[in-house]
Amino acid sequence: MSAPVETPIESSAMAIERQAALWIQRRQFWDWSPADQAELDAWLGQSTAHEVAFIRLMSGYSRTDRLVALRAPRVDRRLSLARLLRIAAGLALVAALGTWAIRYSTGPKDVTYSTPIGGRQTIMLADGSRIDLNTDSVLRLRGDAAKRLAFLDKGEAYFQIKHDAQRPFVVAAGHHRITDLGTKFLVRTASDRLDVTLVEGRARVDSSGSARSVDLEPGDEVIATSGNLTTIRKTIQQVSDQLGWRRGVIVFKHTTLADAAAEFNRYNPNRIMLGSGAVAALKIDGTFPSDDPDAFVEITQDILHLRVEKRGQNIVLTK
Amino acid sequence: MTSSALVDWFVREVLPLEAALMHFLQQNWRNPHEIADLRQDVYVQVYDAARKQIPTHTKAFVFQTARNLLIDRVRRDHIVAIEAVPDLTALGTTDDAPGPEQAAIARGEFRRLQAALDKLPPRCREAVVLGRIEGLPGRAIAAHMGISEQAVSVHLANGIRALVNEIYGRDGDREEKP
Repeated sequence: MSAPVETPIESSAMAIERQAALWIQRRQFWDWSPADQAELDAWLGQSTAHEVAFIRLMSGYSRTDRLVALRAPRVDRRLSLARLLRIAAGLALVAALGTWAIRYSTGPKDVTYSTPIGGRQTIMLADGSRIDLNTDSVLRLRGDAAKRLAFLDKGEAYFQIKHDAQRPFVVAAGHHRITDLGTKFLVRTASDRLDVTLVEGRARVDSSGSARSVDLEPGDEVIATSGNLTTIRKTIQQVSDQLGWRRGVIVFKHTTLADAAAEFNRYNPNRIMLGSGAVAALKIDGTFPSDDPDAFVEITQDILHLRVEKRGQNIVLTK
Repeated sequence: MTSSALVDWFVREVLPLEAALMHFLQQNWRNPHEIADLRQDVYVQVYDAARKQIPTHTKAFVFQTARNLLIDRVRRDHIVAIEAVPDLTALGTTDDAPGPEQAAIARGEFRRLQAALDKLPPRCREAVVLGRIEGLPGRAIAAHMGISEQAVSVHLANGIRALVNEIYGRDGDREEKP
């Protein structure tokens, strides 16, 4: 059982209550080790609000024991073998996708790294820099180590660059160029746009088509389209949510189902599709494992009262 | 004081006041979306204060804390409203005997739990029934329902919250109330 996944900073009482409830179900229904207990103790020690929420839910939960009186006379507790095999096969496939990544060369000088849909790869460079490549992405590194040049041809990557004033690290993506000035930053490419979010340090974005360049402060996100650079400011929490994929999760905050489905489809070959505009506009919150669209469908279906239909490998959600 | 005595006091004397506390907060605070946060803040202040010494009159102490908190919020938010500051004298909160609301909770609890269970979204309900009532572990629930363990966790957590909120009287969640 994987740990309940939550974002690190929680503010409202509801969010704390949600975390406390995840802890309780984890302790009651899943394997519970001394390490889990230590983790829970650490969480409880973080604030009185955590402690009080936990006590409240736990004591309330213990009072639900009288519901056992409702126990059905007969429940088939056997698990079908076919079902178990299906689950095991699913797990194996996920594991295989996670570690599988091709590495090949396109030229004498460039080394190419690519990840399949759902894949992730970490590239450690000789100078101590680190690049995390997200799903369905292609990154080329200029073989000439003196140059410190990378091309993000497709997808998304997070760069943690060891700064060297003599040799700035440059990432080229489409018509744009990001120059590190001592930095951690996230770059995501799509067909018609490029997003650069600065997490730490300083960086500069410029476009080959224009003389314009933008210097980024931490929390800045630049959205570059053909001929236009727009900067927006993000909170630490938003930036951390955006980097959820490095922990294998996707974080939604008042996200429309349309955007959420598109995000899941980046990570999974089986696509989530939406039946109508009304469904697409529904909003959701939550943190989900990026490799488990079924969990996402299961929860949203239940909460938003949607109908789920399998169409081949794809899932269609309708009202 | 020992921490288990503190927890014990909190569970035995403070939590049963929740229905009345929520009622008080709802009566005296305009924004229903802030009620859950206010309840949490009251609990945190009460609990922290009790670490040093457990108050002799729990009910009076809880409601005095709530009242002070609302006054602080009014000042902080610069809300100018005469009715914004609650009048405690009308509530009879100085008495620590179990109020009628507590007795009612105990009497109707099973029925309300059952009703709360039936109000859960269907899949969430199924997970809670399999786990809490039938006693299956998480893994077996996942296999039985044909869903991932992560999905089971979320269903169970949602179910626990809904049931506990029902037990303590009022759901302070974002649900719209008539």
